[in-house]
Amino acid sequence: MTGLAAPTPAPTPSPRPGRAALLAADPRTRKRNAAERRFRFCGVMAISIGLLFLVVLLAAIVSKGAGAFRQTFIALEVELREDTLDKNGNRAPEDIAKASTFAYAPLLGDALLAAIRDNGITTELQTRKEIKPLLSASAAAQVRDFVIANPERIGETVAFSVLAASRVDGYLKGRVSRDSVARSKNMDARHLDLIDALRDAGVVEKRFNPAFITGTDASEARPEQAGIGAAMLGSFFMMLVVLLLSLPIGVAASIYLEEFAPRNRLTDFIEINIANLAAVPSIVFGILGLAVFIRFAHLPQSAPLVGGLTLALMTLPTIVISTRASLTAVPPSIRDAALALGASKMQAVFHHTLPLAMPGILTGAIIGLAQALGETAPLLLIGMVGFIASTHPDGLASGFLDPNSAMPAQIYEWAKRADPAYYERAWGGIILLMLFLAAMNITAILLRRRFERRW
Amino acid sequence: MYDTPLTEADVSTEDAKILARNVQVHYGTTHAIKDVSVAIGDKAVTAFIGPSGCGKSTFLRCLNRMNDTIDACRVRGTILLDGDDIYHRRVDPVQLRARVGMVFQKPNPFPKSVYDNVAYGPRIHGLANSRADLDRIVEKSLRRAALWEEVKDRLSAPGTGLSGGQQQRLCIARAVATEPEVLLMDEPCSALDPIATAQIEDLIYELRDRFSVVIVTHSMQQAARISQKTAFFHLGHLVEFGETGQIFTNPQDPRTESYITGRIG
Repeated sequence: MTGLAAPTPAPTPSPRPGRAALLAADPRTRKRNAAERRFRFCGVMAISIGLLFLVVLLAAIVSKGAGAFRQTFIALEVELREDTLDKNGNRAPEDIAKASTFAYAPLLGDALLAAIRDNGITTELQTRKEIKPLLSASAAAQVRDFVIANPERIGETVAFSVLAASRVDGYLKGRVSRDSVARSKNMDARHLDLIDALRDAGVVEKRFNPAFITGTDASEARPEQAGIGAAMLGSFFMMLVVLLLSLPIGVAASIYLEEFAPRNRLTDFIEINIANLAAVPSIVFGILGLAVFIRFAHLPQSAPLVGGLTLALMTLPTIVISTRASLTAVPPSIRDAALALGASKMQAVFHHTLPLAMPGILTGAIIGLAQALGETAPLLLIGMVGFIASTHPDGLASGFLDPNSAMPAQIYEWAKRADPAYYERAWGGIILLMLFLAAMNITAILLRRRFERRW
Repeated sequence: MYDTPLTEADVSTEDAKILARNVQVHYGTTHAIKDVSVAIGDKAVTAFIGPSGCGKSTFLRCLNRMNDTIDACRVRGTILLDGDDIYHRRVDPVQLRARVGMVFQKPNPFPKSVYDNVAYGPRIHGLANSRADLDRIVEKSLRRAALWEEVKDRLSAPGTGLSGGQQQRLCIARAVATEPEVLLMDEPCSALDPIATAQIEDLIYELRDRFSVVIVTHSMQQAARISQKTAFFHLGHLVEFGETGQIFTNPQDPRTESYITGRIG
């Protein structure tokens, strides 16, 4: 850019009057070259800005969401006292089940106090009630589940790694500070000192938390327990429905429209409508799904089947458009060659046109699916935001008709909640969603390569 | 008209393979073929010549009903193949095209292997009972197309990877593999260099023993070299049809004379 601002050198005498010498660029050429350089500079700038945005976005997502995959745990030696857990001493499952989580809370409290004592930590917090804010409400349930599953261990002292309360987790991750604790009712600086001491003693530690990926949603009060597993399952079932419905229907419709249907007003009308459908806001599909599948057909609310049906409607135009584009891109000479050999129209399509159009069709289908996977608005309208707090083997969220949530809807729910710990989980969920989208796009690229590499 | 037969005039119009009578073709509002009647002999090469846009390719495509794929195209008149009207409503174009093969202007092999290209026709028509049978048909067809020696070691290589001339001969092998009775060729050499063209011409000369070949060509020398009969089309009319030698040496119509001497077209 600076070169063109340089003063033009004195014109060298040209061999023929009226013609510029070849070695010195004439003003017109210089101007044209400058314009080209400017354009190239603009292009590089545009790409750089795009990349910058991408990097900022990824960095923001990773920095805010990575924490959700690590959780603070407290290592405790819990004495499973027979006099509280099994008063009759006969290990009858129904008697053991009678002991509620309230019976377990004191055991955990004692175990934590013992851990504080054993590690020689001095703190003003001496009672179970005072140290209770350190433990997650889910800890008692975790120990109770263990006891119900292993009643023979009652009376022993068992090592557990229980979830710490989300405040503890927040303190270790820097989300909770001494300033913010000062405004809190049930936690103060003494608790934070204790957490520091326990961390130094190795009782409290942050580590990878698989339950975030496999687990279920949890109530507002215990974000440390919430996971996205059930929503992932819901998304999986929905995607299955979308794939099984929209791919065959979309491809069949496109093949018919592109290869067999006569060109007339009706097919023109259908074409325009399909193109318009692709531009309809997704929330419109949501309200359509609500009206048709739930209010009219009486399918269960929050079911992946309904979500899948609604998203299939939304994905169909995308698949039809991309399939038709890839069918049109197949050279007509291939069709002519097949027809001239005496192949029927269907043979020409299925033996020659369709295989050649396959990479494009698959790419379009996967992009449509990825779009459907990330779609939130229609799911909110059909109630795909079920609160599922029990895990998959318990029979909930395990099929096409069980109420469930979906990944983007779950992320939306978390982002809506007041607790900043849920905010972190929302970002963590976005990381997972992005990983799925990236995996799908990579699959699309690989399929494309695979089908194209044959020739 | 036949007073000066100069070339091998072994074709008689009586044993016509294809007989077209008063054929009219309309593309929408365009009248592309105007009242063409012609008799195409068996086991002979018939060349269609004429300037661009004169309708020779359109007429050729009528002979195996490839014009059916064009929505706006309407064909009237009768075209008989061995006495049967090919435009009769009970005729299935698929069966017709198995008997009337076609080679296109641009080589258009399927993006499949050389073998699969040739085997496709026999496969869909059920001409081979076994794998060995199919192998035999493929070899025979490739030999007929004078391509066997060049591709016998790479039958599984993609047909699209061959040179232009080889691709065109592959297309000819593919067309003859279904054992057609008539072979239509739409300017088969226009995309090829002179050497490949000479190979294709030799091939057509040999194919004449088994098939009735109809070839559309822009090159008058080519028509003169390989055909026994020549039809000259101009603006949708069949201007003149006769023995090739007579057309080129003693044309009856002034338009034919102008064309072959290079004054029109």
